[in-house]
Amino acid sequence: MSTLAPPGYGRGIALVVEHFWTWYRRNWRASVVSSVLQPLLFLLAFGVGFGSLVDARAAGAVGGVSYLVWLAPALLAVSAVQSAAFESTYPVLSGFKWQRIYLAMTAGPISPGQVALGHLGWVAVKLAGTGAVFTVVVALLGGAGGPGIVVALLVAVLTGSAVAALITAFAATVQTDGGAFNAIFRFVIIPMTLFSGTFFPVDRLPGWVQPLAWVSPLWHGTELARAAAVGGTTTTVAVVGHLAYLLVLLVVGTVLAMRLFTRRLAR
Amino acid sequence: MSRAGVRREAPAIWRLLPAGSYAGRSSALLLRSATASKRAWLAFASGFFEPVFYLVAMGQGLGSLVGALPGPDGTPISYAAFIAPGLLAASAMNGAVFDSTFNVFFKLRYVRLYDAMLATPLGPVDVALGEIGWALVRGGLYALGFLAVMAGFGLLTSPWALLALPAALIVACAFAAVGMAATSYMRSWQDFDLVTLVILPMFLFSTTFYPLSVYPRWLQIVVEVLPLYHAVELMRGLTTGVVGPGLLGHLAYFLVMGAVGVVLAARRLDALLLR
Repeated sequence: MSTLAPPGYGRGIALVVEHFWTWYRRNWRASVVSSVLQPLLFLLAFGVGFGSLVDARAAGAVGGVSYLVWLAPALLAVSAVQSAAFESTYPVLSGFKWQRIYLAMTAGPISPGQVALGHLGWVAVKLAGTGAVFTVVVALLGGAGGPGIVVALLVAVLTGSAVAALITAFAATVQTDGGAFNAIFRFVIIPMTLFSGTFFPVDRLPGWVQPLAWVSPLWHGTELARAAAVGGTTTTVAVVGHLAYLLVLLVVGTVLAMRLFTRRLAR
Repeated sequence: MSRAGVRREAPAIWRLLPAGSYAGRSSALLLRSATASKRAWLAFASGFFEPVFYLVAMGQGLGSLVGALPGPDGTPISYAAFIAPGLLAASAMNGAVFDSTFNVFFKLRYVRLYDAMLATPLGPVDVALGEIGWALVRGGLYALGFLAVMAGFGLLTSPWALLALPAALIVACAFAAVGMAATSYMRSWQDFDLVTLVILPMFLFSTTFYPLSVYPRWLQIVVEVLPLYHAVELMRGLTTGVVGPGLLGHLAYFLVMGAVGVVLAARRLDALLLR
């Protein structure tokens, strides 16, 4: 009788990612609406519909490009953040509590830290995949200003991953039910979507709201994605600052998530 | 059985429905919902904030990009005054649809709440009316809160705005009834993507955020068929005080929609629960 050697650290993470992929390969249709159609509808409604008003009345208000081109990279970031937030709430609680998949995984040689990394790795892969589909649709609709939209896609994945890491860490502390998640969506994700410069420049808001944008990871992601896709007057210092902020959030969230997964699963 | 006796007390209209489906006790379900929501008060209260966030962000931010837009009678109104009634109508729709689809499905298939209720002297029509009634109470509170916010921003320019609250209730009622009927056909959570697929485009395209005139004519006709378009027009007319017989047409749309929804929902629940 032969025994299998326990997987190495990286292989263990890959196995966790593979678990999610195996499920997704059979059930991807269920998420097409939320991950691709939803941002597409926003793009049509605001980029094309509302954009025709902006282009006719306020040409130049959004940096000299058409509103659709200006909006597209920001929508990439928004849809990555929204999808990341969803993937890091109910599925995580379910892994601990309802389906208990995390418990099954850690019953073998895979550690809780690897499970956390695997979950976050899967979210990043999924964001990249659905984001790529959305990017192609944007380009077909004429919303891509140039090849920079590909860089915007990478920025969107980074932003989404940072948010996913933070929310996953939080979700690992939730014991009861989804009430806390509803609060996150209502009081964090939706205001973040509305006040992070997605649909209009942040400087159009009253002065006291603007500091809210500075703490919002989405605002940093949007600024970066837009700078990559549209160009404009962004300085190197600003780019480095935005990138550093997102990376710090990603690292802090990941470390927290690994610790909290370990605390909850090692019992 | 006391069913026959109960049926005699009920008004004649209920004889259209299968026997024993209405006992006149839907208020019991209302009480039950009120008790249950005491524990989830945060989720309950948070429903009020979403349209307010949209109003503050979009009214100020998008408004600064496009300025004033033509109101119902063609005179320009501020962008905030333009979208506020749209958001009021949309939140009436969203609240009603969410309550009557996700929540009802959960109670119907998972908690088996209605099966438990039917073991008591409640009929399927009591259940349907109770659920729709609760959605109305909830939607009414949200609409009242949002109207207060609109008044605070100075966006209510006419006494007709007082009628926006009952109008929001009628709109919510019609959406809840149709949502409930739709829920009775749902097989799994995957089917709820279809709900999103109907609700989200309506929210985005039914003149909530910009006037109908940006569309080509054929698309305008499509939008004019959608229920939310009529809700938005109704609210916009009332809050800006542009009131004419046309509003009665919008109202009639929802009365018909609600009636069809209630009858369909009751019949389907009957079939599902009294099998």
